Amino acid sequence: MTTLTMAKALNEGMRKAMEDDPKVLVMGEDVGKLGGVFRVTDGLQKDFGEQRVIDTPLAESGIIGTAIGLALRGYRPVCEIQFDGFVFPAADQIITQLAKMPMRSLGKLRLPVVVRIPCGGGIGAVEHHSESPETYFTHTAGLRVVTCSNPADAYAMIQQAIRCDDPVVFFEPKRRYWDKAEVDTSGAADWLPLDRARVVRPGADVTLLAYGPMVKTCLEVAAAAQEDGRSLEVVDLRSLNPLDLPAVVESVRRTGRCVVVHEAPVFNGYGAELAARITEECFYHLEAPVLRVGGPSTPYPPSRLEDHYLPDLDRVLDAVDRAFAF
Amino acid sequence: MTADASRGAQAPPELVQLLTPEGERVEHPDYDIDLTPEEIRGLYRDLVMVRRIDLEAVALQRQGELGLWASLLGQEAAQIGSGRALTDADMAFPTYREHGVAWCRGVDPVNLLGLFRGVNHGGWDPAEHNFHLYTIVIGSQTLHAVGYAMGIQRDGAVGEDGAASIVYFGDGATSQGDVNESFIWASVFNAPVVFFCQNNQWAISEPLEKQSRIPLYRRASGFGFPGVRVDGNDVFACLAVTRKALADARSGQGPVLIEAYTYRMGAHTTSDDPTRYRLADELEAWKLKDPIERVKAYLVRNRLADQAFFDGVDAEADELGKDVRRRCLQLPDPGPMEMFEHVYAEPHRLIEAERAEFAAYLAGFENEGVEG
Ligand SMILES: Cc1ncc(C[n+]2csc(CCOP(=O)(O)OP(=O)(O)O)c2C)c(N)n1
Ligand SMILES: [Mg+2]
Repeated sequence: MTTLTMAKALNEGMRKAMEDDPKVLVMGEDVGKLGGVFRVTDGLQKDFGEQRVIDTPLAESGIIGTAIGLALRGYRPVCEIQFDGFVFPAADQIITQLAKMPMRSLGKLRLPVVVRIPCGGGIGAVEHHSESPETYFTHTAGLRVVTCSNPADAYAMIQQAIRCDDPVVFFEPKRRYWDKAEVDTSGAADWLPLDRARVVRPGADVTLLAYGPMVKTCLEVAAAAQEDGRSLEVVDLRSLNPLDLPAVVESVRRTGRCVVVHEAPVFNGYGAELAARITEECFYHLEAPVLRVGGPSTPYPPSRLEDHYLPDLDRVLDAVDRAFAF
Repeated sequence: MTADASRGAQAPPELVQLLTPEGERVEHPDYDIDLTPEEIRGLYRDLVMVRRIDLEAVALQRQGELGLWASLLGQEAAQIGSGRALTDADMAFPTYREHGVAWCRGVDPVNLLGLFRGVNHGGWDPAEHNFHLYTIVIGSQTLHAVGYAMGIQRDGAVGEDGAASIVYFGDGATSQGDVNESFIWASVFNAPVVFFCQNNQWAISEPLEKQSRIPLYRRASGFGFPGVRVDGNDVFACLAVTRKALADARSGQGPVLIEAYTYRMGAHTTSDDPTRYRLADELEAWKLKDPIERVKAYLVRNRLADQAFFDGVDAEADELGKDVRRRCLQLPDPGPMEMFEHVYAEPHRLIEAERAEFAAYLAGFENEGVEG
């Protein structure tokens, strides 16, 4: 066991993957000497060389498009998009090419490309640096979409994503990059499969469904609610596509109440899919409708307003109250 | 790299320079400029003022008053030279670093700080100044500038007393698809647009070699319009070259690419640590080419300004710095309900519903006597 920040855990995970498989490449803007703007690739170029850790020209479409070509030639590129708001120049390559090519080839082509995207707000950044674009990608068939919420998962999940033969969009909650925790770097024996959710805090009265940055927030909510005598279960979805529906259903049938929490806008957000599925699968177990807490349907605001935009303890507790009031 | 000309190793690039780093005036066959002493002192003042604004903003960031700042240190001449070449009718499209151009367009420096302080996404009216909002997503604005220029064309505003648009972008931006598409559009439609690339040698940690094997100005010829490299630390040359390019564009001769060869003397932004990727020697070498020092040397050498003038400019700059600081601290924080403003021009039911919901939520705290 070693104590690592999430950024360092991702770094160590990529390092391990590169050691294990010479076909693994890292590519993106400023990933070399600088080690990425969040230092997630720190030291990798020094140790693996410029052939394997590639500072690319400044063009996201180029990054993903050439990663596809490298994958066609047998490589496993791990691409870094510098910030959430800058993934869109690569939209065609991700949505139309990367996601669909394997199926178009009748399964003859495999595209083991990982697209790492620091996501979410809460760091006081200027515009385009705080977005949560996950549903654009969960809505795209052919992509796996996952997100880690803690260093231990980050370490394991990045390696699983790299080993996965499908394209994986890997969201990293940037405001949690500096959170520290114990990480077991000894092996893969007790890793949860990449497509499974995890109950991170068991509870009896309400299920809080969260992923990425909001898992920590929900754990704080559960701790606060306990003082009021309420027992909240927190489920970290981890994989958004595919969704670990059995885990979700099992939890919500037990608690009878569910609140979904994400930073992205509620309208047409990931919670809409969850609410619909849960309604179908748990209808007779529900004490209240599935409630959603997330951003409003406005562009991400200037940073001085982000505390109002982002779900926080109070807003989630408010939803929990409403779930009980039904 | 191979010596084959078609693979990048061509004749050494030419650089338009009218004022040497030592402050000596030199002639150029294609670009001449006739500036009155008054105008030269004006340019000097501009350069000093924008450097002072920049310095103050960096300090404000260090003290936690701004979330971020992108310094223009070293690029003052490129921005003032090109900015002063614009007429009121021309339209400018900046990146996030064009504080000097903003100055030339009459944008209150404090309004530049709003984005970086996190109180708004852009604090000025683009139409009032013919200075568009800052664009952070690299390269996007080049297409906007070309479209705007196509509008100028369709308004019949090309020709005598015509107008043009100018778009600023960096060396790194030249790799973006949008920028290359903008070159194609401009060329095919003969749009009245000037592409002003500030090659400050770095795109965050990546040196120019990561973006191009040929000097950037030479890219233009492949797209079918002229490209020119100008000493970006020479305010006279930047003014002369941009004036000519704009005149050509306005009069219907189509686009021009200007590569202003300069240097980012500071960090990429206040979040960046350049010691991780570049040597201090490089900075020292560029300090000798400082854009302000050479104008000062020229003014002194030619007895166009005395110590009282320089002292006066410095004092004015200090006053400006203090004023910017004072008014930055007074920038009002937006209220939470402002999130819901300006998203749509027409009424929008979802936003209205969410606005009402959020107002009720906040009111709940007031009723409880808890701060919202
Ligand atoms: C589409 C996009 N990708 C990545 C970024 C992150 N980023 C911000 S500035 C920058 C480098 C820009 O370099 P250059 O174009 O040379 O301009 P400079 O900052 O040097 O003025 C990068 C990669 C961005 N803002 N937009
Ligand atoms: Mg640059």
